[in-house]
Amino acid sequence: MDLIKPEIGLIFWTALTFAILLFVLRKFAWKPILGAVGDREDSIRKALAEAENARKEMQNLQADNERILKEARAEREAMLKDARDMKNKIVSDAKELAQVEADKMIQQAQATIESEKKAAVTDIKNQVANLSLEIAEKVIKEQLSNKDKQLQLVESMLGDIKLN
Amino acid sequence: MQVSTFRAFFAILFLSFYSLGFAASKTATKDSSEGDEPFNASELIFHHIGDSHSFHVYGSDEDHFPAALTIPLPVILWTDNGLVTFMSSEFHHDVDGKVMVERKGLKFTNLHDKIYQLDAGALAVTLDKDQHATNATRPLDFSITKNVFSMFLSVALILLIFLFSARSYKKSNTNMPSGIGRFMEPIIVFIRDEVAIPNIGEHHYKRYMPFLLTLFFFIWINNVIGLIPFFPFSSNLSGNIAFTLTLAVITFVITIFSSKKYYWKHMLWMPGLPVPMKLFLAPIEIIGMFVKPIALMIRLFANITAGHVIVLSLIGLIFIFETFWVAPISVLFTLFISVIEVLVVAIQAYIFTMLSALYFGQALEEEHDH
Repeated sequence: MDLIKPEIGLIFWTALTFAILLFVLRKFAWKPILGAVGDREDSIRKALAEAENARKEMQNLQADNERILKEARAEREAMLKDARDMKNKIVSDAKELAQVEADKMIQQAQATIESEKKAAVTDIKNQVANLSLEIAEKVIKEQLSNKDKQLQLVESMLGDIKLN
Repeated sequence: MQVSTFRAFFAILFLSFYSLGFAASKTATKDSSEGDEPFNASELIFHHIGDSHSFHVYGSDEDHFPAALTIPLPVILWTDNGLVTFMSSEFHHDVDGKVMVERKGLKFTNLHDKIYQLDAGALAVTLDKDQHATNATRPLDFSITKNVFSMFLSVALILLIFLFSARSYKKSNTNMPSGIGRFMEPIIVFIRDEVAIPNIGEHHYKRYMPFLLTLFFFIWINNVIGLIPFFPFSSNLSGNIAFTLTLAVITFVITIFSSKKYYWKHMLWMPGLPVPMKLFLAPIEIIGMFVKPIALMIRLFANITAGHVIVLSLIGLIFIFETFWVAPISVLFTLFISVIEVLVVAIQAYIFTMLSALYFGQALEEEHDH
């Protein structure tokens, strides 16, 4: 049957044609096309990886920002707290110091008052003594100028003594 | 632009099927009206799917241009007296061994589209009862037949498509194709990603890509050419056993040359089996080695030939029933089959390529892969 009897001519031409076609296409079509497709796929893969990296970097950056912000906030809190503490301390210190000073001043004032009082008392005592003497002098002078009186005095004095 | 080209292609495809019916009806009508013998469908079909030394375009053999047109093709013969070449028109459409062409002292005649060289001294071909020549032998025939012509046409088409595609990549600075290249790239990438890489593997596939791509497009374009039923297409090249035989042998040779130690070990002394089983399997595996390319050859040949036979049979129904009332049914079924054929020719090209890749992958298999 002709249908399943291969003809040598067609085998020859098919083999020859296919070989030439393979050679030409390999050199001028498949190499540039597959090369271009491969290059493009590589560049797409690279671009995707780059985008992924950029995304990660962005995330890192964002995390960093967040961290820095948190730190700043914490620092501010700490600073405020410090300031508040310091204020309290200064105020309390000042209060204490003032108390001490005031106490000291009061003590000094009291001491001064005491010494003044003592001086005043001494002075008064001296003055009273002087006054008494002067009075006594005057009285005695007056008494002694009158005999009766002198006697009266002696008598009253003696009377006092008796009473005692 | 892409879409309109595509649409035009299909329009041509469908129109051509319509015209096939028309052309077939014209010749067949003549046959049945002139001869008393009944319409012989198998003769028409076998004539169509066979090879020919001239390309019949339209009209009857008895008529002359412009009523009929047959393109002569060169006849190239290697004889005892050296190379003989002449145009097939010298036979004057004779295929019954009546017209003799004399070159270099040898007489040649065309008997059923095959060139015979008459034995020395013979003046006319004598036939036995099976229509075989008794006093003539066939010289080595390297003629540019209808199929060879069609093959050259497909090569021209393939080169045109892919050289343009390749150029469109070079022209763009982003490695992006344009025009026809944009249409072809998905197919090329498909062959690479779905055929070559899964079957051959990441490491070796690059070496086989040019072969697989060339094979796929060579078969596919020739299949499509076979589907278009008018000049300069309408040949049945990929449904010719010589064509499929050659491609299968090329695949076989590449498989053998790519094979590694493990391929032969696996075939001749199957590892991991008891000895009697190994002895039993070895001949089966050796037969299998040859059956694979033979199956490739027969699958493509049978599928494409069957497609042609079905279309011609459906059109032939009109002449078998001798009524044009069958025509709408014939045309409808032909259209249906043709649409399926459009799929089948692509699938057959894909299967041939796929299996070739699979065989290469098996030949390249390493020990640890199993």
